[in-house]
Formats: sequence, structure tokens, C-alpha cells
Amino acid sequence: MEFNATLFGEILSFAILIWFCVQFIWPHILNAIEERQKKIAEGLAAAERARTELKDADARVAVEIKKARQQAAEIIDKAQQQANQILDKAREDAVAELNRQKAAAQAEIASMAQRAREQLREQVGSLAVKGAEKIIQREIDASAHKALLDQLAAEI
Amino acid sequence: MASEAQQGGLTEYIQHHLTHLSPHVSEGGFWSVHLDSLTVSLALGVLFALWFWTTARKATAGVPGRTQAFIELVVEFVDGQVKDVFHGDRRFLAPLALTVFVWVFLMNAMDLLPVDLLPWILAKFGVGHFRAVPTADVNMTFAMSLTVFVLIIFYSFKAKGVGGYMHELFTAPFGAHPLLWIPNFALNLVELASKPVSLAMRLFGNMYAGELVFMLIAGLLGAGSWALFGLGVIGYTAWGIFHILIISIQAFIFMVLTIVYISMAHDHH
Repeated sequence: MEFNATLFGEILSFAILIWFCVQFIWPHILNAIEERQKKIAEGLAAAERARTELKDADARVAVEIKKARQQAAEIIDKAQQQANQILDKAREDAVAELNRQKAAAQAEIASMAQRAREQLREQVGSLAVKGAEKIIQREIDASAHKALLDQLAAEI
Repeated sequence: MASEAQQGGLTEYIQHHLTHLSPHVSEGGFWSVHLDSLTVSLALGVLFALWFWTTARKATAGVPGRTQAFIELVVEFVDGQVKDVFHGDRRFLAPLALTVFVWVFLMNAMDLLPVDLLPWILAKFGVGHFRAVPTADVNMTFAMSLTVFVLIIFYSFKAKGVGGYMHELFTAPFGAHPLLWIPNFALNLVELASKPVSLAMRLFGNMYAGELVFMLIAGLLGAGSWALFGLGVIGYTAWGIFHILIISIQAFIFMVLTIVYISMAHDHH
């Protein structure tokens, strides 16, 4: 053990080393470490956020799907209703048209029958008159008995 | 040196190895310097500074390289030690602790070089004496512990103010009664002085003893008997492996005590 000026030389070098470390080494390394820690923390937070967001999105999707299904069911219901309505209306229209045409045909048939009857009556009248003329040509004057014959024709 | 060991025996061999390289070896006056301690400690200090500095300059917050990862490991270890003990601004204390730890470790690690290697190489260049382990030199260990001592005083004044620190020196630990001022002060002086002395002597003693054991075992190698040679090889290896533990622990203790002493300077009694 001997003390000498080495002591001062070593104190000086120690002081310089401390200064150098404080000034140039420590801050850089610690900065890098802290920055990385921050990055990792941010990454973890982002992952956590993404996970919760995914869960939210899943829930939202489920709700949307449910809603869409409901809407689809409603639309189908409505369409069916509408189709039924259209069908009913068409049926009604068809029935109405049928009835109308039937009525028109019946009316025509009735008028034609009427006309035929009229003609028939007239022909029968004239036939009866002609027959009667032939039978009683001599004693009966056509003009004198015309009124009687018309009355007969009307009664037939 | 084997040749000298044969000439003068083990005592001379060890005495030779325990002599510092100093321009005034014979005089041994105070104003001489131990060139070996100075050069080795400076070289290791520069190695530490440049190594950490180049890595720190390129340090990235992304994926670190191997060197950066290793240095970050050391830095975070030291920072954790400081954080455990000291609850304040670590911008000075933590790098101080890092410097102490790495520098002391590197200087201690010189003990792991074969005890004759550097003296043998340097003898070829005409250098007569060389001690490779700066921490086995009291000047080195006291230089560090006295610097720490100055920092203890500085932070005591800084944290408590001149009046506060004086008050503490005279009134703690016994009490503020005027009769107790002198005992308090005396006790505090002893406590204060014991810190740098114990810090320096612990490291010096461990490294000096370790070096001495290496020399004793190395003396067996040149003793001229194959049995002693084999014993020497085994002993040297075993002591070397054990010494890895010692140099790490001594560096760690020096660092932790530095942190503890300086953080104690911040504490109010």
C-alpha cells in the first residue's frame, strides 16, 4: 500500500468517465429503451382496442343480420299479401266481367226471342187470316173483318 | 517470471509482481505515479466509453442488435438497482452507477488474464514491472471512493442546505442537547470517514488477495515438480473460475454501496 499521485490521475479519469457517461451514453440508451417501451405499450393498447372493436363489430353485425332477416320476412309477407290482393281483385274482375257479359248475352237473347215471337205472331196472324180467307172466301170481306182478325192475332 | 523465480525463489517472484511500474520505484515518493494502473484503467475506461458510446449513438427504439441488447441489459440492471434504492432524479446517479459497475468490473477482470502474461510481453519491451489489475492498487480504489465521498458531501449539502446538514451533523443521532453536539459530530465524522475507507479497502483487499493467490499458485508451476505443476494448473483454473464470481460481486458491491451512500445523503434524519 503506497499512496502517490496516481490517486489524482485516477480521480480525474473517473470524473471524466462519469461525465462522459452522464452526458453521452446514459441518455441515448435510456431514450431508446423508453421509446421502445412506449411503442410496445402502444402496440398492446392498439391490439386491445382492436379486439374490443372487433367484438363491437361482431355484435353490430349480428344485430344487422337479425334486422335484415326481419325486414326480409316482412317484405315477403307484404308481397304475399299483395299477390293475394291482386289475385282476389283479378278474380273479382273476372267474375264481374263474366256476369256483365252473361247479362249482355241474356239481354240479347231475350230481345231476339221477343223479336222472333213478334215475327212468329205476325206470321201466324197472317197465316190464320189467309187460312180463314181461303175457308170463308166467299162470305167474308177481308176488309170488313180486318179488325176482328187483328184482335185475334194480338190475342195469340 | 519463471527465470527470476528460479533465481530468487517464490518470495522474490511475488515481490516482483507486486511492484508497480513507476518512474521512481526506488524513491517511492508521493509525486511518483503508477504508470501500469493509470494506463490499464485508462485503456479500460476508454474501452467502456467508446463501446457504450458507439452503441448508444446507434441505439434504436426498434428491434435492438445483439450489442445494443446486451448493453440495454446492463443499463436496465443498473437502473433497476438505482430505482430500488433511490427515489429521485436518476439522471446523474444511474449513469454514475453504470460507470462504476462496468469500469470496476473491467478492471477486476484483468485479474483473469494469466498473471505473467502482460509482464512477460512488456518485459520484451524493457518494462521491468507491470501490475495489470488497477483495482489491486489502493490509489485506484481510493480515487473512486474519494470521488464518491465528495459526491456524498455535495449531495448532503444540496439536499439539506448548509444549515440543515450542519444541524444534522451536530444533532443526530443522539439529540439536539448542546452537551451532545460534540459526541454527535464525532460519531458522524467517523461514520462519514468510514464510507470511503471501507468502500476502497474492500475492493482493494479482495483484488489484492485474489492477485496474490494467483501468484502463489503460479509459483507452483515453476517449482520444478510435475506433481506440483499439475496441482498448480488445477488450482489456477479453479481459482480463476471462482474469481469470476468475486470480480462480479465486488463490482456489484461497489456500485450498490455507491448508490446507497449517495441516496443516504439525500435522506433527512
